[in-house]
Amino acid sequence: MQVTSQTFKSNAGAALRDAALQRALKNLKAGFPGKRAAAIAKLPEFDQLRAAGRDLKNHVLEHLDFYLERFEAKVIEQGGQVHWARDAAEARQIVLDICRSVAARRVTKGKSMISEEIGLNEFLEAHGIQPVETDLGEYIIQLRHEHPSHIIAPAIHLNRDQVADAFHAHHGPYGFTERNEEPRALMNEARQVLRQQFLSADVGITGANFCVAETGATVIVTNEGNGDLTQILPRVHIILASIEKMVPTLEDVGALLRLLTRSATGQEITVYTTFSSGPRRPEDLDGPEQFHVVLLDNGRSGMVGGEFQDMLRCIRCSACMNHCPVYGAIGGHAYGWVYPGPMGSVLTPQLIGIDAASQLPNASTFCGRCEEVCPMHIPLPKMMRHWREREFEQHLSPAGVRFGLSAWAFFAKRPKLYRIAAGFGAWLLRRLGGRKGRIKHLPLAGGWTAWRDLPAPQGQTFQQQWAAQRGARS
Amino acid sequence: MSETSSCSPKPRVGLFVTCLVDVFRPTVGFAAVKLLEDAGCAVEVPAAQTCCGQPAYNSGDRADARDLARRVIAAFEDFDYVVAPSGSCGGIIKRHYPPLFDGDPAWQARAERLSAKTYELVSFLTDVLGVERVIARYPDTVTYHDSCSGLRELGIKSQPRRLLATVADLDLREMAESEVCCGFGGAFCVKYPELSNRMVSEKAAHIQASEAGTLLAGDLGCLLNMAGKLQREGAAIRVRHIAEVLAGMADAPAIGEPDRGDAPCK
Repeated sequence: MQVTSQTFKSNAGAALRDAALQRALKNLKAGFPGKRAAAIAKLPEFDQLRAAGRDLKNHVLEHLDFYLERFEAKVIEQGGQVHWARDAAEARQIVLDICRSVAARRVTKGKSMISEEIGLNEFLEAHGIQPVETDLGEYIIQLRHEHPSHIIAPAIHLNRDQVADAFHAHHGPYGFTERNEEPRALMNEARQVLRQQFLSADVGITGANFCVAETGATVIVTNEGNGDLTQILPRVHIILASIEKMVPTLEDVGALLRLLTRSATGQEITVYTTFSSGPRRPEDLDGPEQFHVVLLDNGRSGMVGGEFQDMLRCIRCSACMNHCPVYGAIGGHAYGWVYPGPMGSVLTPQLIGIDAASQLPNASTFCGRCEEVCPMHIPLPKMMRHWREREFEQHLSPAGVRFGLSAWAFFAKRPKLYRIAAGFGAWLLRRLGGRKGRIKHLPLAGGWTAWRDLPAPQGQTFQQQWAAQRGARS
Repeated sequence: MSETSSCSPKPRVGLFVTCLVDVFRPTVGFAAVKLLEDAGCAVEVPAAQTCCGQPAYNSGDRADARDLARRVIAAFEDFDYVVAPSGSCGGIIKRHYPPLFDGDPAWQARAERLSAKTYELVSFLTDVLGVERVIARYPDTVTYHDSCSGLRELGIKSQPRRLLATVADLDLREMAESEVCCGFGGAFCVKYPELSNRMVSEKAAHIQASEAGTLLAGDLGCLLNMAGKLQREGAAIRVRHIAEVLAGMADAPAIGEPDRGDAPCK
């Protein structure tokens, strides 16, 4: 997928002017935060759970090698295979090789952000294999040749009429010739079309919310049941998971699930919570013949032990973006790559390079709402600031910003000079404000005055008046 | 340091004026001085102060941020307390100065000592000095915006409301989403003006929907942003720093309002 993170500013401008997107985003703001708040209000021990979840993930990250090897051993013990992928290219190739080994032509897919991260769909298509997304939101955006705009609600940027258009354009061959706009009818259409795909797929690919080291199981949480059909019906099940998904025991999964579902959709539990352990055993009634886990690093091991390690605690609940005023204003596509919102603004520079994503950690007021709602206590603003430091150190900041900063710092480090400059600035702005007391247009401050007035200073600075009244005492 | 004795001396408070109050709204500084003196403090204003360093710190310029932090520490560390009429600047000194000196134990220790005695004005009055009421009158309906740093870094939520409740003739009307950012964000508002504008537009809509006559908050950056937007939209809402109202010093024209004489009648 093409990276457009560095044109974030113009992407955001376009998003603000996109009436359909703005209509859709209203649903997001009206939905997720309220549901989360209600779910948490019913769980008095939520904050203790958060602390426990944070500690658990910190423990895992400190012993990640141990848990990864233990998980691998358990998967193999149950007849599955584990594939280690250093980067996206290796992961794609592993998946393709598995598909080719069974002469696969069609692949069904449960929702997986790792699949987006490695650009799997385009790759499989280029090699003659048809990937079919089966999560309803993912299916809709696949029809529209789009990428997810949200990590758990991939089509949140769309309205019902746009879904109706997409189905109408693509479902004719399946016998649906009339354009439906009624949600139940749309769902029924998708169900019937997807059923044929489920039954004819050679390989099923899912993600993993957790990988349990104790048992070698992978876990997915879904609300549509598509994940189960994806992984049970085809002969081969491939799981895409990044290395930080390790969890020591089944009990730990329980604790994290309680945090995840409440933070995400405000549910106490999702409709389906599916544990997968190895291929079909002789006594099993169903299940795949082959069970493959692809463990992706893609830069994550480089975060362990560094200032971005806390980001690896992320359980992809989306609470940060659901509560982010920037995300809420523009949606996810403006961020220009796979992971949007605050978690994306921290993770994306790590995965694709700060030079390709420096806009993202800058596009925050540091209001701190993301950190406030994060179930894993990830200090997202702090890490965005760390990225700004990297950007500054590598001289990637815009020249204007650097010049402005050094000019300001020159004065700020010279209090006497600073007081003169401040006094002059206050006097000048006061004059410009005139009798109105505010400035409607100020050269060099167009970013401010294009949209709002600038209140004029009262006159002399505080320091000038204080010195006059009481004499300087320092 | 202050010592407890039968005739304990007044606590010596260094007022960190903040660069925005210094230039744009000196009244806030004088209101802070009055509130602190009324509460029994001896207030001094070190002339060596300029800025807490936040613009450098949030732009990734750690060297300049450290340099400015050292100056603030040196200028203020002899006081019993440091008080700022801003949750943002107060938050930087209290929460961010210590980690800024990671790897520099000597300065980190000094930063931690300063952090421990640094407060935002309203939380200092209530949480440290135990002020429960103020002598002031403000005959208007008021809505209060929770500025992000004060709210989330310093836990300032109930304190301003408790004091406002003791102001005579003041009627507090909460706006919707008072805890959502106004879109100021320091350099953010000029680096991402369209996004900032969207955020402050939504904030202005909530303020107007509250039908309050006056908007208050504890941070001048947010106030300049919201006042500028409200005035651009032609809204007849007065905008003031909470310290002006608590100190009974709300005589000056409100933020961005014309001088008395051609001010609209209240």
